[in-house]
Amino acid sequence: MGELRAYAALLGGQVRSVASYRASFVIELFSNIGATALDVVTVFVLFRVVTDLGGFKLPEGVLMTAISAGGFVLADFAVGNVDRLKTYVRTGTLDAVLVRPLGVLPQLLLLDLPVRKALRLVVGVATIGIAIGLNDIDWTPGRVLLVVVAPVAAAVFFGAIFVISASLAFWWVDSGELGSAFTYGGRDFTAYPITVFDGWFRTIFAYALGFGFVAYQPALALLGRTDPLGLPAWAGYSSPLVALLAAVLAALVWRTGVRHYRSTGS
Amino acid sequence: MIRMHELRKDFTVRVKAGRLRRTRRTVTAVDRVSLTVESGEMVGYIGPNGAGKSTTLKMLTGVLSPSGGEVSVCGLTPVPERTRLALRIGVVFGQRSQLWWDLPLAESFRLLRHVYRVPAAEHAARLRRCRDLLDLDAFLDTPVRQLSLGQRMRGELTAALLHGPRVLFLDEPTIGLDVVSKQAVRSFLAELGGTGDVTLVLTTHDLADIERLCDRLVVIDHGRVVHDGTIDQLHVRYGSRRSLVVDLDAPLPPGFELPGASLTSSEADGHRVTFALDGVPAGTAVAALVNAAPVRDLSVVEPGIEDVVARLYAATDAP
Repeated sequence: MGELRAYAALLGGQVRSVASYRASFVIELFSNIGATALDVVTVFVLFRVVTDLGGFKLPEGVLMTAISAGGFVLADFAVGNVDRLKTYVRTGTLDAVLVRPLGVLPQLLLLDLPVRKALRLVVGVATIGIAIGLNDIDWTPGRVLLVVVAPVAAAVFFGAIFVISASLAFWWVDSGELGSAFTYGGRDFTAYPITVFDGWFRTIFAYALGFGFVAYQPALALLGRTDPLGLPAWAGYSSPLVALLAAVLAALVWRTGVRHYRSTGS
Repeated sequence: MIRMHELRKDFTVRVKAGRLRRTRRTVTAVDRVSLTVESGEMVGYIGPNGAGKSTTLKMLTGVLSPSGGEVSVCGLTPVPERTRLALRIGVVFGQRSQLWWDLPLAESFRLLRHVYRVPAAEHAARLRRCRDLLDLDAFLDTPVRQLSLGQRMRGELTAALLHGPRVLFLDEPTIGLDVVSKQAVRSFLAELGGTGDVTLVLTTHDLADIERLCDRLVVIDHGRVVHDGTIDQLHVRYGSRRSLVVDLDAPLPPGFELPGASLTSSEADGHRVTFALDGVPAGTAVAALVNAAPVRDLSVVEPGIEDVVARLYAATDAP
């Protein structure tokens, strides 16, 4: 309970810090909407040209993009700044975090929470709303639940990827943008029906790394379509489980990383 | 309060060997250090750069885990019990801030109250005391980024004390400060240590900090403790002596000897000479000298701790 208050205080401190630069805060707040909107527009443009992508129509594709984008903006907002860890490790600022009576990861996330990205969340939710409107979904209680859970699970999944790739900094301070291949690359992968990819690339990204369960499978379940690639219908509802697995793995990597930092120092 | 037994910390560094090959080399930053600090003590930790001072401090605060040996602070083992320990210790890293850069100083203090879950009344009482002793009132409402280094350090000290820590660790608290700010920080710490409620451990390069504050001095070099005791003991051990600097109207006669003192230097054609006192009281030596030579002016110089420590570092540097 006391800890929650402490985290709430950190959050409040970050909001006030960012707001202390009022003009740039407002400008960034709005310019950030543009970036997210652009991602979604890209998909519209693509479907305008091809009308049919990997066996899916425009509205169906938009639903996948929307779940992926919605989850990603939420993850990027809450966890994305964890990639600043490498700066913390390099400059030794992590020491200042370690001497406080709170968890390391929550502190880092709250101390750096990108408040200026908040409006992106609105765009994310709106996109999902539009995508639902474009499709003729046969609503069942399961699907109502799924439409709420899927973007959250996607966010958890992307958040796990963010944490894992940031953890690389514990071992290699100059890990650079290696992690971005999986965070931004993963987002782009999940924005399209996985049927457009093929071969080993699809096997690895969609199944081994789990990106196929982020947006593609839940979208199939919402639309009531069978998977052209042969997975059973319940696979669409497995996205929270996949996200949970990813989160557990991320927590494990993070803990090992912190322990490694403590045994090597800066 | 603090117990270290055979504490060791190894770092593995990768060294370039050839174009692509790298070899691993183990560097021992802290080498089997055993120290005990009792409650209420004020301990100064000195040593040349890279001697292992900060590494030791990091192991005591739970930032780094030891490679070997045991360590306990306030009865807790720092690494698995980091968060519980954090509530009982205060840490000031001279080069790393605990304050919110963009917020007024007062706001940082308010946030820290929640971070450390301090009851409002206790927090207010401690803050009031710090405000009085450190003259914080003039800049409490200034964003931390606009504070001078001296002001910020006073803020850092306050931040480290608001939760009433039993032990306060200070890593180079006076680094980069001007004379006035150094004085302010020192007298505050002296006052704090004088109460006996807080155990103080500080590392520094400024020996004046130690002379002013610490009854106990630990010198560490190459990861090992080379001296542990009072400053006076250091002087005795390394034979530092008081000296007598004398200005003369005419040079001393050749072969002149002062009982209980030895001539260490002669400048300005013999018009200024320095004697080191080998245990005789300064008064005796002065009386003997005034009788024997045309003395115009003289002064007694206390041994500088700087010299002793420089000699100590040089001695341990030799393999």
